[in-house]
Amino acid sequence: MDSALIPRGVKRCPFPQFILFIAIVGAVLLWGVYAMLLCWFKGLNQTNMNDFYGFALWIWADLAVIAVGGGAFFTGLLRYIFGKDDLKNIINYAVLIGFICYSSALLILAIDIGQPLRGWFIFWHANVHSMLTEVAFCLSCYFGVLTIEYIPLVLENRQINKVPFFHHLGHNMHEIMAVFAATGAFLSFFHQGSLGGVAGVLYGRPFAYREGLFIWPWTFFLFTWSAAACGPCFTILVTKITETVTRKKLVKDTAIQLLAKISGWMILTYSIAKTADTWYWATVTVPSLGQTLMDFYSNNPFYGIWILILEIAICGFIPAFILITKKGRKNSAALWIAVFLAVTGVCINRWVMVLQIMAIPVLTFENWVLYLPSWQEIATTILPLAYGVILIAISYRYLPVFPNEPELNPIETLPAEEEEAVEPSVELEQELKPAEA
Amino acid sequence: MKHKNAKKYGMVIDLDKCTGCGSCMVACMAENNVPFRKDESNKVLSITWLRVYQLTNGKPFPNTDICYLPRPCMHCEGQHEGHSPCVSVCPAVATDYNTETGIVSQIYTRCFGCRYCMASCPYHARYFNWWDPVWPDGMEKYLSPNVSPRMRGVVEKCSFCFHRYQLAKEKAFKEGRREIKEDEYQTACTQACPAGAITFGDLNNPNHAVSRMVKPDPKHHGRPTNPNAFRLLERLGTNPKVYYLSSREWVRRAGDNYLENEAKYKKTVHQG
Repeated sequence: MDSALIPRGVKRCPFPQFILFIAIVGAVLLWGVYAMLLCWFKGLNQTNMNDFYGFALWIWADLAVIAVGGGAFFTGLLRYIFGKDDLKNIINYAVLIGFICYSSALLILAIDIGQPLRGWFIFWHANVHSMLTEVAFCLSCYFGVLTIEYIPLVLENRQINKVPFFHHLGHNMHEIMAVFAATGAFLSFFHQGSLGGVAGVLYGRPFAYREGLFIWPWTFFLFTWSAAACGPCFTILVTKITETVTRKKLVKDTAIQLLAKISGWMILTYSIAKTADTWYWATVTVPSLGQTLMDFYSNNPFYGIWILILEIAICGFIPAFILITKKGRKNSAALWIAVFLAVTGVCINRWVMVLQIMAIPVLTFENWVLYLPSWQEIATTILPLAYGVILIAISYRYLPVFPNEPELNPIETLPAEEEEAVEPSVELEQELKPAEA
Repeated sequence: MKHKNAKKYGMVIDLDKCTGCGSCMVACMAENNVPFRKDESNKVLSITWLRVYQLTNGKPFPNTDICYLPRPCMHCEGQHEGHSPCVSVCPAVATDYNTETGIVSQIYTRCFGCRYCMASCPYHARYFNWWDPVWPDGMEKYLSPNVSPRMRGVVEKCSFCFHRYQLAKEKAFKEGRREIKEDEYQTACTQACPAGAITFGDLNNPNHAVSRMVKPDPKHHGRPTNPNAFRLLERLGTNPKVYYLSSREWVRRAGDNYLENEAKYKKTVHQG
């Protein structure tokens, strides 16, 4: 039914099966949309946030998707600026995942603010001293960059590409993609960092507060570093999940291995830096404010010291050691475990830097406050996930997301299809390179 | 101390005098049109610009001691003027530090409800309007015309009754004066306290009672030199303009965090 839209040389599931899949995920999406509308029309009283938890599940989700979406900028940086050619086989998917993550982050922010219609105030009445202002500007700009990076892939669709204007547009955009990759890396450095700064500058909250370099607390650099380290792991994880679901090899091992190796070294150096930061904070910063490390980890089982060990040791050093060793990253099961742990680690880091800060009392006569999100918060947090699955499914079906797919999965064509396959659609098509963002 | 032109309004609360009656809270709510709901039992959702905490020394009877601690917004100065925890983080300049008065304001019509200021405030002095205000029938007639009610989705907090300052300034202007007298600008809680535990005035003016009571040291961001005076969470460097007085050491200790070897007393227990 939709075969004319499907890229040449690849096989896709029957259309009804595809529609059924979209309908099931779409139902989850609609559930999220319903919760979102409730929050917009009835207000944030639909959530379980309160005056102790001004920041809660959504802000964590925001920080987490931006961190794992860091794979887009870092892979782009490696591919276009550092010339790691092998990554051309995964860059499209990295961009798509990044696009989903960043559009989700913007959507979550739009739900999270109490007065959504005033959201533009952050640009109009910008406080240049606020880390959140920097986040808003860089996030929006980088989302624009990701859109520009995603457009050429959309233009590679078989039917759209037949239109000469779109064909040339896509081709020319591809030619200048290095400029956008560099811009994206620059913007990402700042917004990933300023998201770290959001917590690090809170000098009224000893658990969050970090000293730093000039105006930037150490969390500024740690957040950028961890996003660059763990973002590619998320790209690999989603690629592996896609390969499992489609039962196909979609990306050559050379690309995965290279990305895994670089990611491994980044995670290792990040984990060392994070350990040093935690050590300094626990032995110098916190005691100077009259508290000890265990003041932050001993009130309740949920925020026990285990969370710090899990974040740094289990989800930091272990995946790093797996990924930096050839044997480790070449072993499929170990690779799965490593990328899963790395993604979990960065998500835990974002969790404690949002939720645990809110839980810990600073006044000596206040108590810890824990919080459970409402169903509306959960539904709106799952909403971007459903949206991401749908966008990936549509992109995978109709766009040449994986340039290696035809080569890795040769299909036996029927004579009639073969005839169609050799028929040139446009003369210009001969000049095309494999789709790259 | 030399009298500076710029004001630095502050408050001194004598905890030895406070009986915990709550008049200050009621006066504050009435004065500032603070909204409330039918069920206010969930205190993490209640808007209380001024909240009275009950502290105990954690000792068993007969050595139990209790202290009531009213906590308005601290109107922090920060390490340099205007670097309050909340003002520095607000992305839309919806909360501002007035260098003429030292008062931290909240601009309700500009706040878009990101709640970053709430996350930054260690005193939990900032409140979000989770609901639109709904007044009991007829009560809207009793709202103060000098204070705008807030809508759903914005943050609010104690303003040191700033509208009273504006009214006092207007009165002085009409009378051909540039300066307002100490008693012309007093907050609602100060006037409502039956025990006279709350004193309000200009910390920069050595003739004002607040200044005489705590003797702020301008070389150390206004740190009190009166040994019985303290500020909440002094060590964080927020430099609040609300001071507390107590002759009891455990109460003064409750104002900040101390390491085991620094503290003589156990941490206090919050009960209210």
